[in-house]
Formats: sequence, C-alpha cells, structure tokens
Amino acid sequence: MDFSALSPVALIASLMVASTPILLAAIGELVVEKSGVLNLGVEGMMITGAIFGFAISVETGSPWLGLVAAMVGGAGMALIFGILTQVFLSNQVATGLALTLFGLGFSALVGQSYTGIKPPPFPRLDIPALTEIPYIGKILLNHDYMVYISLGLVLAVWYFLRFTRKGLILRSIGENHTAAHALGYKVIRVRLLAIMFGGACAGLGGAYLSLIRVPQWTEGMTAGAGWIALALVVFASWKPGRLIIGAYLFGGVTILQLNLQAVGVNIPVAYLSMAPYVITILVLVIISSDRKKISLNAPASLGRVFHASN
Amino acid sequence: MFRLEARPQASKTWIVLTPILAVVATMFAGGLLFAALGKDPVASIQLIFWDPLFGEFAAMDRVDILKKAGPLILIALGLSIGFRAGIWNIGAEGQYIMGAICGAAVGLAFYPMEATFIFPLMVIAGALGGWAWAMIPAFLKNRFGTNEILVSLMLVYVAEHFLSQMSLGLLKNPEGRGFPGSRNLQQYASASNPELFPGTGMHWGVIAALVAVIAAYILMNRHLTGFQVRVTGESPRAAAFAGIIPRRIVVFCLGTSGALAGLAGLFEVSGPAGQISIDFNQGYGFTAIIVAFLGRLNPFGILLAGLLMGLTYIGGNLAEQAAGLPAAAIQAFQGMLLFFLLAFDLLSNYRIRRVRRRVVPQVTEPTASQETA
Repeated sequence: MDFSALSPVALIASLMVASTPILLAAIGELVVEKSGVLNLGVEGMMITGAIFGFAISVETGSPWLGLVAAMVGGAGMALIFGILTQVFLSNQVATGLALTLFGLGFSALVGQSYTGIKPPPFPRLDIPALTEIPYIGKILLNHDYMVYISLGLVLAVWYFLRFTRKGLILRSIGENHTAAHALGYKVIRVRLLAIMFGGACAGLGGAYLSLIRVPQWTEGMTAGAGWIALALVVFASWKPGRLIIGAYLFGGVTILQLNLQAVGVNIPVAYLSMAPYVITILVLVIISSDRKKISLNAPASLGRVFHASN
Repeated sequence: MFRLEARPQASKTWIVLTPILAVVATMFAGGLLFAALGKDPVASIQLIFWDPLFGEFAAMDRVDILKKAGPLILIALGLSIGFRAGIWNIGAEGQYIMGAICGAAVGLAFYPMEATFIFPLMVIAGALGGWAWAMIPAFLKNRFGTNEILVSLMLVYVAEHFLSQMSLGLLKNPEGRGFPGSRNLQQYASASNPELFPGTGMHWGVIAALVAVIAAYILMNRHLTGFQVRVTGESPRAAAFAGIIPRRIVVFCLGTSGALAGLAGLFEVSGPAGQISIDFNQGYGFTAIIVAFLGRLNPFGILLAGLLMGLTYIGGNLAEQAAGLPAAAIQAFQGMLLFFLLAFDLLSNYRIRRVRRRVVPQVTEPTASQETA
C-alpha cells in the first residue's frame, strides 16, 4: 500500500468533477419539490439525458449541442411525468418509479449502437496565468465549464427562490396549493414548468456523466446517481446552499473509495464500492432523526395531488 | 369543456377495465416504437403476445412463462401489501438477492451431505435473509423517520456489490477453475429446486406463489391485520384513532415483502438460475413493481399480471431471436405499460363530465370568492 500516491490536490480537484452530475440533478429536483411535486424519476431522466447527450454529441461532433439535447431529453421525460401527475392526477410515487423503469429501458434501447465509442472532448477552463497558481489553480480553476455552470445554476436557483416574485409564487404553491389556487395562481402551469426544469437539469447531469466524467456510454451507467440526488435534497433540507456541501461530500466519498481501490487497500473492491450508498443512508438517518426540522423545511404540499373541484 | 369530478369511491368497473385498456394501448404504442426501430410492428407484437402461447414451440414457452411469473408474483404480492398501506418498498431486488445468498449459503454449507432437511432449511434461510434486509429500512423509518423509499433502494446497490463479492469470494465454487460463481445447486440433489412434474415448469417457487396468492387474499380481505393495513393506507388519521400502531404496520409490511422477495430469490437460485453468480438476478424486484400495480394491488389481479409480464419476457426473447428486436426494448415496453395504466386510472377515480359554459352574471365588484377552489 502506498498512500503517498494519494495527492490531496488531485483528490479535491476530482471531487468537484465527481460531484457535478448529482449536484445538477439535485438542484433541479429541489425546484420541483419546492413546487410541491415529488418526482422519483430522476434516475430515469438522468439516464435519458446521458444517452441523448452522448448520441447527439457523437453525431454532430459538438458537445454543446449534446448538452442541449440532453436537456431536451430530460425535460421531455419530465413532461410525461408532469402530464400524468398534473393532468391525469396519477400517484406521484408510482409515476416517478414508472419514469425510472421506462427511462432505463428506453435509454438502453437508444444507446445500443453507441457502446464503446468515445465522445468529442469537452473544453476546459484554461487561463494560463490562473491555472498555474499553486494548489488553488489546480483545484478551482482548471475544470471543464460545466463545473462552473453547475455552481452558477445553484446560485441562480437560490436567488430565484429567495428574492424573486416568481420564486415566491412557486414556493407558495409548494406550501399550500389550495390557497395559492384561491389567490389565482396557476398551480398546474407552474408545477409543469418546475417539473420540466427539473428534467432538464437531470438530463444535464446525466450528460455530464456520459460526456465528461466517464466519458463513455454504458447501459445503466447512472448507477443510482439519480436516487442519491433525491437523498441529497432531503439532506440539504430543501436549501440550495447546503446542496453544494452535500454534493461535494458524496463526491468526496466516491473519489476517496475509487482512489483507495487504485492504491490497493486491503479491502475487497465490492465493499469499497458500497461506500457511497451506505454513506447516503447514514446521512439520511442523521438528517431525518430530527423530525421537527424535516417537517419545518419540507414543502407542506409535497407529493399531494392537486385537484381543483371548480 | 370537460371537467373532472372526483368519485366518492373508485369505480369497480374501471378498476378491472383499465389494465386491459393499458395493455391494448401499450400494444399500439409499442408497435409504433418497433416501427421506429425498423421492425414490422404487427409481427413484433404477435411474436411477443401470441407466439409464446399459441405459436409453434408454445409448449416449451408456456413452461418458461410459469418460471418467470413465479418469482414476479411472489415479490409483487409482498409489495402490494406495503403499497396498500402507503409503505413504499422499492428495494425488493436487494431483498431478493440477499434471500438467494442466505439460502444458497446454507445449502452450500452442507455440501456434499444429502439429507431431506437441507432444502426446507434453505427456504427458511432465504425468507429470513430477505426479511432481515427489509428490516433495515423498517427499523430506520421507525427509529429515525428515514424515508423507506430511498433507503430500500440504496440497499439494492449494496446488495448487488455484496453479491459480486460473494460470487468471487466466500461462495465461489472451489472446483470452478477460478471462474466466478458458486457450485451449481441443480447438481446437488438435496439443495435443488427441480421441476416437480417434468415438463410443466412447476417448481416449489411457482407453488409457493400460488399459495401466497390465496394467503394474501385471506389476509387482506378476511383478517384484521389486512384491514389495519388498508386503513393505514387510506386514512392514517382514522387508523391512529382506531389504535393501530403505525410502527407495527411498517414492520409487518416491509417484513412480509422482504421475506417473500427473499423466498423468490432462493427458489430462483436453487432452480432456474442454479447458482449464485454476479448477475443471476434479473431485475425481477423492479418488474414486480409493475406487476403489483397492473394487478391493482389485488392478489388475483397480481396472479394474472405476473403471468402477463412473464409472457412479455418470453415474447421479448422470441422477438430478440426471430426479429432482432433489442433486449432493452421489452424493458421500455414494460415501463410504457405502467405509464398507460397510471394514465387510464383517471377513469376509475374521476368522472369526466361535460360542462357547458354558463353565462356568469356580471358582478360589479370583482371578489376573491370567484376563484376559490
């Protein structure tokens, strides 16, 4: 065993890359849940985004077009969920599960001819003077653009929810849809938009996996990232800022276990690979044990069906 | 304009009709999907739904349908009890794997001894393995209020990694020339789960599934516990007033579904699959969710839905061999089925009324009351 091979700078730098897909998916889901909708289909939307982004990037040679396609794919899947739950008034838990099951099958179907191909490379932020700053340059200033875009997105969502009128309307719908409806706000319309935003973010997160992090397409490659994103929203108590901490914590665990595998620690690989999932459970336990806090922060109408009788 | 009017009680007629409608709609949408893939839609649908039952080699396919349906029905029955109570165990796949590992481990521990008590012991171990795995989310939910959906799902990934570790390590066949996977239980008479009547596909798992259908029916309709489960799901407050302890319901529902999933895993690993290997699990735990909903959370409905889902598996295989339809297509197809079912469910819970636009008398002062729900 040679722990000196583990360089802290490289660890932290790769941690940011590992966290970005779950951060993207989680920030989308946060907006959805703030509007009072529980979409358990994040995994399905992510994997759809992963294959859409990959396929379009390979076909057109442009990673940016791929990202747009991933957003469209994710939002399209989310729209199915939105129409079923908002217009057809179906159970949100069941519909979310259906979305995940369908997404996994559908993406495998689309992705058949794309296994084993390399996608076009993604541009990195590389400003010579800045990236050469010792430590900070490597850790903070030498990533692909998506890392910064994801952080910007979290900031934008925080600002939107906290300081804008539209954000207030969205939150009020999540807290009490009947009252919001009585005030004349379009509950269903706002929720559909939120659901599609969530889908686009999840799609983007998926495409980040297939285009930048891995970068390759394999069936079921999200491997529970969508579910971890869902757990992350609970962990963050529906607050965007804490989402970053949570995502980087999970990213850190993932990177650490991968690096421990690489240096050959005397623990079987399978047990190390369990770590992110076990940590997710542990974190959920710690956060949930304070029930008052959860019930104070969770949107009050979360997961309830809205049906205006008139 | 149309208006939705909530029914005071779900329509009995539509509850029965919606799954049939959903299957028909899935056939159409699936046909479109297959056409988009460049396959003949009518021929593909016929391959999936008709040929396994009445085609040239139907006799063999019918046997396979039964083998696929057995575990699906067993798992879905357990899940349906939880879903009725609003307890969402979606980690049946993990419980299935753990049941299989525990059961197989007990059997392998006795190798090469031949005795009649080994298989029953394995069955018990299998059920206990699944039960214990499901007790983790149950305990965490009761003790810390942790969401059982996320915990049970995370445990699927943990179980999958544990499975790969077991098939490469502890349970690896010592005479397997280094290949991963355990000894083949089919070649170890005391621990195998063979066809009871040759050529019928009936193994102990299928029989257990049939028994479980009847047991679940009695439980849910004739027994106090089933009633308590239903009340908890339909009105948690009423349940609290009636003195039903929610924690016990959580333990009962997750425990039952875990044990049944574990049993399904044990019957599969000692029967059709034959050995513990890295990928012996085939996603039955997830497909069973579709089976539970398609069967309307009703035991006899689940029996039919399980057979139908088994049919699509076998039909999917046929279509893969005969028409080159990709294996993933059938998975997308099953997901689509659940979508349509959920959409058509609107008809059982709501009435669609046509409303003519009424002429609203002009109000001089706009009031907020016009907008109230």
